This record gives sequence, C-alpha cells and structure tokens, in this order.
Amino acid sequence: MLILMASSAWAVIETYEFSSPDLASRYHLLSQELRCPKCQNQNIADSNAPIARDLRVVLYEQLEAGQSDQQILDFMVARYGQFVRYRPEVDRQTALLWWSPLLLLVLGGLGVVRHFRQKERHPERGLTAMEREHVDRLLKDRLP
Amino acid sequence: MRVKRFIPLAVFALLALLLFKGLSIDPTALPAARLGQPFPDFSQPELLTEELIDASALRPGPALVNVWATWCYSCRVEHPYLLALAEQGVPIYGLNYKDDSEKARQWLADLGDPYRLNIADRDGTVGLDLGVYGAPETYVLGADGVILHRHVGVLDQAVFEQDIGQWFPALAKLGQANAPESSAQ
Amino acid sequence: MIPEIGHLALIIAFVFATGLAVIPMWGAVRGNIAALNLAPTLAMGVLVFVSIAFAMLAISFLDDDFSVAVVAANSNSLLPPIFKFSALWGNHEGSLLLWVLILSGWMAAVSWFSQGLPRVMVARVLSVMGMIAIGFLAFSLLTSNPFERLLPNIPLDGNDLNPLLQDPGLIIHPPLLYMGYVGLSVPFAFAIAALLGGRLDASWARWSRPWTNVAWGFLSLGIMLGSWWAYYELGWGGWWFWDPVENASFMPWLMGTALVHSLAVTEKRGVFRAWTVLLAIFAFSLSLLGTFLVRSGVLTSVHAFASDPERGLFILIFLALVIGGSLLLYALRAPTVASRINYTAVSRESLLMVNNLVFTVSTIIVLLGTLFPLVMDAFSLGKYSVGPPYFNAVFVPLMALVMPFMAIGPLSRWREDSAARWLHELLVPGAVVVVFAVAVPFLFGGEFNVWIALAVLLAGWVAVGVLKDLWRRLGVGSGYGLRWQALTPSFLGMAMAHLGFAAVVMGAVVVTQLNEERDLLMEVGDVEFLGGYRFELTGLSREAGPNYMADQAVFEVTQGDQVIATLIPEKRRYFASGQMMTEAAIDASVWRDLYIALGEPIEEGAWAVRLQFKPMVRWLWLGGALIGFGALLTVADRRYRRQSTRHSAPLAEASGLAR
Repeated sequence: MLILMASSAWAVIETYEFSSPDLASRYHLLSQELRCPKCQNQNIADSNAPIARDLRVVLYEQLEAGQSDQQILDFMVARYGQFVRYRPEVDRQTALLWWSPLLLLVLGGLGVVRHFRQKERHPERGLTAMEREHVDRLLKDRLP
Repeated sequence: MRVKRFIPLAVFALLALLLFKGLSIDPTALPAARLGQPFPDFSQPELLTEELIDASALRPGPALVNVWATWCYSCRVEHPYLLALAEQGVPIYGLNYKDDSEKARQWLADLGDPYRLNIADRDGTVGLDLGVYGAPETYVLGADGVILHRHVGVLDQAVFEQDIGQWFPALAKLGQANAPESSAQ
Repeated sequence: MIPEIGHLALIIAFVFATGLAVIPMWGAVRGNIAALNLAPTLAMGVLVFVSIAFAMLAISFLDDDFSVAVVAANSNSLLPPIFKFSALWGNHEGSLLLWVLILSGWMAAVSWFSQGLPRVMVARVLSVMGMIAIGFLAFSLLTSNPFERLLPNIPLDGNDLNPLLQDPGLIIHPPLLYMGYVGLSVPFAFAIAALLGGRLDASWARWSRPWTNVAWGFLSLGIMLGSWWAYYELGWGGWWFWDPVENASFMPWLMGTALVHSLAVTEKRGVFRAWTVLLAIFAFSLSLLGTFLVRSGVLTSVHAFASDPERGLFILIFLALVIGGSLLLYALRAPTVASRINYTAVSRESLLMVNNLVFTVSTIIVLLGTLFPLVMDAFSLGKYSVGPPYFNAVFVPLMALVMPFMAIGPLSRWREDSAARWLHELLVPGAVVVVFAVAVPFLFGGEFNVWIALAVLLAGWVAVGVLKDLWRRLGVGSGYGLRWQALTPSFLGMAMAHLGFAAVVMGAVVVTQLNEERDLLMEVGDVEFLGGYRFELTGLSREAGPNYMADQAVFEVTQGDQVIATLIPEKRRYFASGQMMTEAAIDASVWRDLYIALGEPIEEGAWAVRLQFKPMVRWLWLGGALIGFGALLTVADRRYRRQSTRHSAPLAEASGLAR
C-alpha cells in the first residue's frame, strides 16, 4: 500500500496578517525549516496535521513578539529535539555533515594534483599497460 | 596497489552494517526532548474542580502523566488499561489536551476516572511546553518530578511491562492489570 | 484463474532467470558455445513469462477482481480505467513486477542489439542481468507476491487508489524512472562481464555507451516528470524536496552523469578505466540502494511504500550479494597497473576528471545527508533531520563549481591543450556573458540580484561554450560553406544536454529568487494584485467528477485590460476514501506560471487562497526534457550502428573465447 501523504492531501494556507513584510518572509523561511514532529517528512508549512498547525501559530506569535530566528529555533528544539530542524545546528555533533563537502573536495583536489605529479615522475615508455596485457593474451592463445 | 582496490568494498561493508542496524530502528520514534528535566511549570485549572494548579500538583512520584482527549479514538482504547493501572495503585495524572472540558467531564463520568487529577489544557500550552505532538501519550515522572520516559501511542500491558514497569517496582502482580478488560468496552 | 496463471508465469520466469544466470556463465568458463548461445533464448523466456504475469495482473485490475489482495487495496470500481491500470504500479508488489518487466525488456534489448559483440561478452552480460532478475523475482515470489488472494472473503469493493496518484503524470513517472534505474543494470552488467573476462579496454567502453546514455536519458526524464508532477499536483508550488526517495533517484542520476562522461574518456583514450568500471558499479548499486531505502522503512519519507523490516532484510542481503560481490570482483580484477597517463594537466581528460570528481563528491554528499539521521540514530547520538536547507546549501555550490568547466570542455582538445587557447576561444564570448549577467537583472527585475547575475553568468557561459563548439564544427567562416554533416546525433545530443542543464540552473535560481506568493482570504468579488497581474475571484460553484465532488473557485486573471486566463482551482472530495485533494489551477508559459490553489473554506463563501507568481519555473522541466532527449538522441549516431562491421567475425569469436 502506498502511503503518500494521506494526511495532507491539500494545500495548507494560513491567512496570517503580519505587522511587517520582513516578518512574513521570516515566517516563510522558518516554516520551511521546521519539521512537523508527527508527519512523514514534511515541514510545518506544508503539513496540515494538527501539531503542524499549532506550531505555525506558535511561530507566528513568536515572530510578532520580536523573537529572533535563533531564539525561535531554540524554543522548538527544547520541546521537540533536534529532530524538528531541517537545517541541523552546526556543532561538534554535526561536524561530519557540515564539513564533509569541503573536505571531500579538498581530498579530491589533492588526489588530482598528486595524479599529475606522478605523471611527471614516471614518464611513459614503450607499450601501455593495456597494450601489454592485450599482446600477452594474444600470444598466449596463439592466434594466427 | 592492490590494497587501494579494496577500499570501495570496505566502505560498502560499513554501509551495509549501518543499514542492517537501521532495520531494527524505528525512524519515527521520537524520544521526549525534555527527558531528564522536571515537568515544565504551568498554571491551569483542574478539570473537575476548576481550581488553578501547577506542576507541584503532580507529586508524589513516581507517577504517570497521560495525555488524552475525547476526540482521540486511541485514548478510548487505552482507557480500560488505565483504569486497571489506577486500581493497582499507580498514580496517574491526566493532561486533557485541547479538549472541550464539559465533554471531558462527561467522558470520565461515563467511562470511569483513573486520574488523581486532570489538567484542563484547553489551548494546548502545557502540551506545547512538554513537546506533545499527538494523543495519546504517556509520560513517566520520577520521584522528584523529573521526566524519565515518554510513550507515544496506546498504553497497554506489553508496553507497560517492557518500558514503564521498571519505575514501579512496588507493583507486585502486573498480570492483574489484565483482568478488567471487560469493562467499558 | 487469471491470477493463478500470472503466479505460475512468474515462477516459470524465475526458472528461466536461474537458467540464464547459470548456463551461459558456465558456458563462458568452459568454452561451451552451445551454452553461450542459449543466453538470448533464456532472456527471451524471462521476458515472455514476466509479460504474461504482468498482463494477468493488469487484467485483474481492469476487471475489478477484488479477490486479488493488491487490487482490493489499491483500486475501486469507480476508478477510471486508465487509473485502474496505473494502480498496478502504485503499490509495492505491483511496482516490483514492473521493475522485473522492465529489466527483462532491457535483457531482450541487449540480446537483440548485440549482434557484433563477442558471444562470450554478451553471454556474461545477460547472465549478470539474469542474476539480478533472480533476486527480484525471488523477492516478489517469497515476500511480495502480487497474486495473493483474499479468499474466501472477497471484499465488495476496493480501498481506492490514493487520489494523489490519480493523475496522468503519475502514470508515466514510475515507468520512466524504472527504465532509468533498471537500465543502469546494463552498463553494470557490461562492467562485471569485462572484469570477469579480464578485458577492460576501449571496446567495453564503446559497447557500454549507448546503453548508459539511454538509461541515463530515461532517468533524467523520469526525475523531471516527478518534479513537474509534484509541482502541479501537491498544491504548494514546490518542485524538489530532497526527500529520501527523491534522493534515491537522484544519486544514480549523479553517478550516471559521471559515468556517461567517464565512458567517453575510456572509449576514446583508453584511460580512466578503473574509475569508469567503479562508476558503472556504483550507479546501479545506488539504484539498488534506492530500492532498499524506499521499501524497507529505514528512512521516513512521504513516498515510502508500507515498510516491512522482513522485506528490508531480504533486499539488504540481495544488496550485499550484488554490490559486495561486484566490489570484490573489482578489487580482485581491476587493473592495478594504471593506464599510461598520456595527457597533460591542461586537456579534455583533466576537465573530465574534474567533472568526475565533482559529481562523485555530489553523490557522496547527497548520500551522507540522506543517511545522516540514520547514522546518528544508530550510534544513539540523537534524532536528527536533514532537509532542503542543508542540501541546497551544499549542493548548489558544487554545481556552480562544475559549470565553468562545462563551457571549456566541448572545445578542449584531448591529450594536450593550452590554457592560452581556451582564453582565446572564450574571451570575447565570456565578456559578452559577463555584461549580460550584470545587465539582465536590471532589464527584467529592476533590481540587481547577485544570485540571478551569477546564474546568468554560469548558464550563459555554458550556453556560449556550446554555441562556440557548434560554430566551430559547422566550419563557419572557413570559406567552404557550412558542414551540416558535422552535426551528428552524438554532438547534438551533448549540446542539448548541456543547454538543458544550463536551463535547469537558470530556472531554479530565478524561480527561487523572484517567486511571489500570497496567502489570503478571498470572497467573490475580491481582487488581488501579484507579479503585475490582477486576480479576481468571480464565482464559486460545485461540480461532480467520476469519483469525486469538487468545490470550484473561478478566477479571472488580467493584465491591464487584457484577459490572460480564467483559472479554476478545485477542492475535491473523493467518494470511496473520503479523502480531500486540492487541484491547483495553473496558467503556464515559458516565462512564468500563474498558480492558484484553494485552502479551506473559512466561512460561508470565503476561501483561503494561495496565489503564486513563478517566473521561469518551466525552464526546470524544459531543461530536464532537453537533457533526457539529448541523451536519447546520442544513440542514433552512426558509429553505434557500425559496430557489427568493425571486427571480422571469426577473430571476434576466437578472441572472445580466449578467457
């Protein structure tokens, strides 16, 4: 049986009035960054589970109350855990996650550099390895 | 270098182990964020008396705090078991979550009241502070009022024995809790 | 009766698959030509019987045979016939059958189109594919039998197909996606066969290329379609969510991109051999991993089929055997003597090496992000979520990194080139792009947006590289007229794909940056302005569909005094399941989409409405289509059809049999 968002088959449209457009855009961003604790991988903006609705209200109230983004995120995490953030906090625990892109690129880059240095150290000579293998095989099979 | 060629295989082996471990983990299980913290303080009316209560009312521990509502079907399913537990002497406090208090009172009158007292959390603020995301949920409070465990879903014999019973050593015969299945169903 | 025939056919197919996996492989080891020649026949056998099984299941769906469990769970008598058919693959068991059907289709295609290849190679390739078929057929028969019956209590009617799936886009999306996923088993099989045979040479690469391009092309189309479907069906105008199942299809695509390019290098220059083999193994392994992730319940996803750890374990064991086995073979048989590095640091080879690097790193990043919650959970380090904010933050820069190289690539020379020459070729076009990039945001948006400028710069750069290549090939200005014959399908396909990529990047950046959205309460007669357009709610009505009842809101969209469109978003309630669904109304055009979705009725006659102005969102899918069709176009090239005459037959036979 395919479970495909059976609980949220319709667009969730909240008609909040924000006291400033800046708050509205912060709401937009944060509601996409916060995960619905109950749903199958949805943010609170897109889900219409009751808890998602409640959290949207809380988000709206906190924004209007002048809380900063970090304060709001901390508020949510205190109650629902790290689970509720789609952008994990950058700390020692998540170092692997946040640093590996750069790390991998650097390692890869070093590999490429080493690859070309190696070429300088071992200039080509005679048959390529591949050609040698092919010749060996042909000779072994004694083909005409 | 022959050894280098084995690296992809080694990495895959690690991945396979991880996935194997993953099969025994439930990705939807979410432990309470407030584990190890005291029950968040609040000021709400009690359901039956309408007197204001706060977190100190949830003593002495160890005790259970059960999040329930009349709109929650599963709560009705677990209700008989709660009654049985209460009969066994387990202290159960109720958090009537985002509910109509009149309906809630009627429900308890009809089906029995296992709760020492009930927090009438009509707008869900207590639930929010606790980290509730759906009913039914049951929290275990320790002797000092600290949150020790959270169970999400229907509370029954199996769950109690496996996860919760450890904090209620005084309960001599957990098997007794099975008995009144016939009531209120 | 019909389900039983289907069941029997599936078992017979399993027998054929077993034969295919064993006999030709044994024939290759022993040099038994008869056994080798059996491979195409056995492959055909698998195809025939899987097709019969599929047909029987289709008939069960179309005939409303609710005694069959999957039909009862996923269909309904009120369902329009086309959706009864597509419901077949809208569930775990049926989609597995589709998987195997497509695999057997690819097997048959390989046996038909490999006339000029050494018999031993073909036999090995088909055998490997047969082994994969065994795994999936066994999985189906043992744990996920689509022909299970609900006797004797046959339900009166079915549960209905999830309304979200009752849509034409969802009909083609899985088959296209599977054509891609499953198709990557062909280069995989070729790689394994080459490792087994001990010849990882340019021929292997040349044979693999058309298959890889086609599979990758289909995968591109499948992903593009999924994104487009999500956009118009789900009601909030999103088009990619980095959901684990989406990532499961994206990783093979990323790896496939690297593979497509790496194969070109191995074919033409005989280098990157070990890399290319590894990429071929990884690409298909990621397809299998995707199958595991979607069906095992290990990760939470909106797309996941009902999870079952028992099934998960089966797939994991299968995964371990196939991937572990192939990586072991790689470790033992891959060439340890590196190919002669016959190219310099400034050459087409090195540019493609950078390409390999970036796409491999991208794949690892997506894999890491997808599995990070699992890793943390497995080590009891807490429950984490990794979603779009993370992926967008790390993935976008990686793609931006590869784009400068994309323009130079087609113009570059093999073996040895010079940076000075690149500068000479691209300086003037590059300068034009820079000017354009700075000017464009002012021309259209009125405000300078650094991201859009960057996107125009990178995408424009890629486009310019393609055009320069085209210019050069046509021999413009050479004085001999235009060399139209230089525009081979191979070149045109590449050009299309690169342009498509640039288009996707442009579309993604523009729609993310300049999207305008408004959520508000509207009553009949209310007017709202957005993106320079005027939206007026002119009426509300109710309308019945074949299996639903819809509330409709009629909007008139005007610009100035010109009527642009009448848009009618709906809120549907499906009878059988009682589920509610929103049908967004979209006015589409190349430069912008106007998007309206209904929320809930707040009071009598007043609805919550979302209006969206989405500039250049179509470029995402037009670009995706260009990529997919470009890839498919490349195989029309004459050089692939010349294969049969390249080697003299007896020598090919004999040398093939040498191992």
